[in-house]
Amino acid sequence: MPPEPIAADASPAPPLSIHDMTVAYQRKPVIWDIDYLAPRGKLVAIVGPNGAGKSTLINAALELIPRASGRVRFFGEAYRRQRHRVGYVPQRESVDWDFPVNALDVVVMGLYRKIGWCLPVLRRHRKAALVALERVGMADYAHRQIRRLSGGQQQRVFLARALVQDADLYLMDEPFTGVDAATERAIVEILRELRSQGKTALVVHHDLQTVTEYFDEVMLLNMRLVATGPVDEVFTTENLRKTYGGRLMLLDHAGHAIAKGGS
Amino acid sequence: MGFPARVGRATRDGRHTSRRSVAQLWLSTLLVAWTASATPAQQPVNHDHTRASQPSSEPSGASSLADNRFAWPSMSDIKRVLWMQDYNTRIVLWGTTTLGLAAGIAGTFLLLRKRSLLGDVVGHASLPGVAIAFLVMESGQPGNGKWLPGLLLGASIAGVAGMASTVAIRSLTRIKEDAALAITLGSFYGLGIVLFTIIQDLPTGSQAGLANFIYGSAASINQGDVGLIWRVAIVAILAAGLLFKEFGLLCFDERFAASQGWPVVLIDLILMGLVVAVCVIGLRSVGLLLVVALLIIPAAAARFWTDKLSRMTLCAAAIGVISCYVGAASSALFSRLAAGAVIVLAGSALFCVSLFVGTRRGVLVQWYTRRQLNRRIAAQHLLLAFFEIIESRAIPGSPLPSADSAVKFDELLSRRSWPASRLLDSVRIALATAVLESLSDRVYRLTALGQVAARRAARNYRLWELYLLEHADVAPAQVDRDAEQIEHVLDRTTIAELDVLLFKKYPQMDPGQPDPAPPGNRPGLLS
Repeated sequence: MPPEPIAADASPAPPLSIHDMTVAYQRKPVIWDIDYLAPRGKLVAIVGPNGAGKSTLINAALELIPRASGRVRFFGEAYRRQRHRVGYVPQRESVDWDFPVNALDVVVMGLYRKIGWCLPVLRRHRKAALVALERVGMADYAHRQIRRLSGGQQQRVFLARALVQDADLYLMDEPFTGVDAATERAIVEILRELRSQGKTALVVHHDLQTVTEYFDEVMLLNMRLVATGPVDEVFTTENLRKTYGGRLMLLDHAGHAIAKGGS
Repeated sequence: MGFPARVGRATRDGRHTSRRSVAQLWLSTLLVAWTASATPAQQPVNHDHTRASQPSSEPSGASSLADNRFAWPSMSDIKRVLWMQDYNTRIVLWGTTTLGLAAGIAGTFLLLRKRSLLGDVVGHASLPGVAIAFLVMESGQPGNGKWLPGLLLGASIAGVAGMASTVAIRSLTRIKEDAALAITLGSFYGLGIVLFTIIQDLPTGSQAGLANFIYGSAASINQGDVGLIWRVAIVAILAAGLLFKEFGLLCFDERFAASQGWPVVLIDLILMGLVVAVCVIGLRSVGLLLVVALLIIPAAAARFWTDKLSRMTLCAAAIGVISCYVGAASSALFSRLAAGAVIVLAGSALFCVSLFVGTRRGVLVQWYTRRQLNRRIAAQHLLLAFFEIIESRAIPGSPLPSADSAVKFDELLSRRSWPASRLLDSVRIALATAVLESLSDRVYRLTALGQVAARRAARNYRLWELYLLEHADVAPAQVDRDAEQIEHVLDRTTIAELDVLLFKKYPQMDPGQPDPAPPGNRPGLLS
């Protein structure tokens, strides 16, 4: 069992609460009426088929895309006021890796808000970024141009950029997609470290087999919220059928993984 | 001011010559200055000497206006221009180089934002703005139509309108960005040309020189113009300097910037405002057709030299400054050179140089790196082949053959599928670096140095093979076969495990001794 979360502050508000959130692209709603309370100090997997609105959920919560309706609160307040406590790891494909910066420069970007408008990056900021890179095992690559990093290494740089913020809640969009085993291990280690510090992480995850191993809680999503709660209660074949429909092959696979995780 | 550009003279002839002159000026933009040495018969526009025949008060360059022949300036003229001793030249050069500096900086971000062509849209879209501003000012008080701040304000408004139309077309319809760019660019420019034709028919006569906005004319800029250009450029440079990290973040990862609470729309607007400002002040000296080149070429050239945003910006600014200096100085020396075209050509020349010899991404550097890698691989293959040949000569149960035994070229050739010419190349390099020595024609043996190297190559190769077999899951992220020694990449315990496996598979390879003794007194290759 994970250790009891360390009370970072006195406020009892959950890291993330979503009420009746509906998001629509053009005229078609992608997710509707999502109600969700994120538990503190837990690792939560957001699971669902392609097009289920997993990334949309995160993007809408972070106000990157407009919400049709609903209310989202971070630590009991509007995102605007709690931004500094929320770390975001976007999908790796969302940027051009040919950009003329090195790994350290990218991580320092996580500190820009703290540095503020028009002020330069100082040595202590670079030092903090280097520490974050070290945590993801990338210190040796700090000065390498990001194009010359492997996919997994790029993902770890993105993770370091979120870590350097020292947030209390992390939202990660498919950090495990297309990474090598070494990176996967590094990310899992970081997630556990975050949890032991009483922090919360919501991770969009596509690999059903590792859900039981990596996460405490799961959120099953397919345009609507199918189920949410502790993995051993919610990650059932019945719920997966509701989420994925009748793709039995996949379900057998997942069932196998559950059986393995339960034993 | 002196230096009336050909454009100015052409349009003063009125509609009659306008079509002809447009075509001709296209040609002159392409061929730049050297067409100017053609005979008057080939350049009917040049028969117009109304301005040229006036006595000129300009001390430098301007004296050559009266004749149509291409004349080299005297040494004292060159010195006077290059050292900016003459007041008029000085202000023109200062104004234009500051413009180059601002263009290099703004262009860097425009390029990285992947909106290079937006600069072209702003340039072309500003034409109707210039025309309308002229008409408005002229109708207010005839003769005032060419007040530069007013014209540039019109250009800015039209440029922003062009940019906004592009964005609107792209986001409101299903038309893609490239088509949206083409549509706005063409429409605005077409409108501008129509308005210019109307202006040429006006009886005022003060429209002369307005077409300088199309092709640019650095030399006809007066002191007041330069003051304006200079001020706008300084503001643009300061803004870029202050917002450097914000612009960088926006260009790299807009979504992350938004999630962090940066007002991305505002930052984007400031950046695009910067681009419009540079375009508009560039109109006067470079012209709207070529202003996009002034923005993009320095930035694109700078990318070949560095992988760091700050250095790329400085490098682009430097290239912008050099191009503008060269362009403005040559137009001061050769009165008939179009400054805008020379500025862009100087930039293109620097781009070509960067393309080939750029230290980061230059074609030559890449070619050289690849060749070095191929040579390293070939050298490793040669050593491995040597090692395997000697190894294969060992008869089980009998003593191992001497490590420095001779190997024939044909044996090497049949060992791998490599062309004889390439093998010969590798052998030649190995002979030159004292890894091999030649015993007789096409018979070689390893030197003491070569024996150590061959052993290391074989061990490295086999350890990597085993690693790939044993750790297939994490291997792709770790394997670096180009690394000189496996020890530089993998940790000691992994290598110790691999060595045990290696010893099982190849008993002749003693484990755990990658490179023990100096080559002189170490045992033979296989013992």
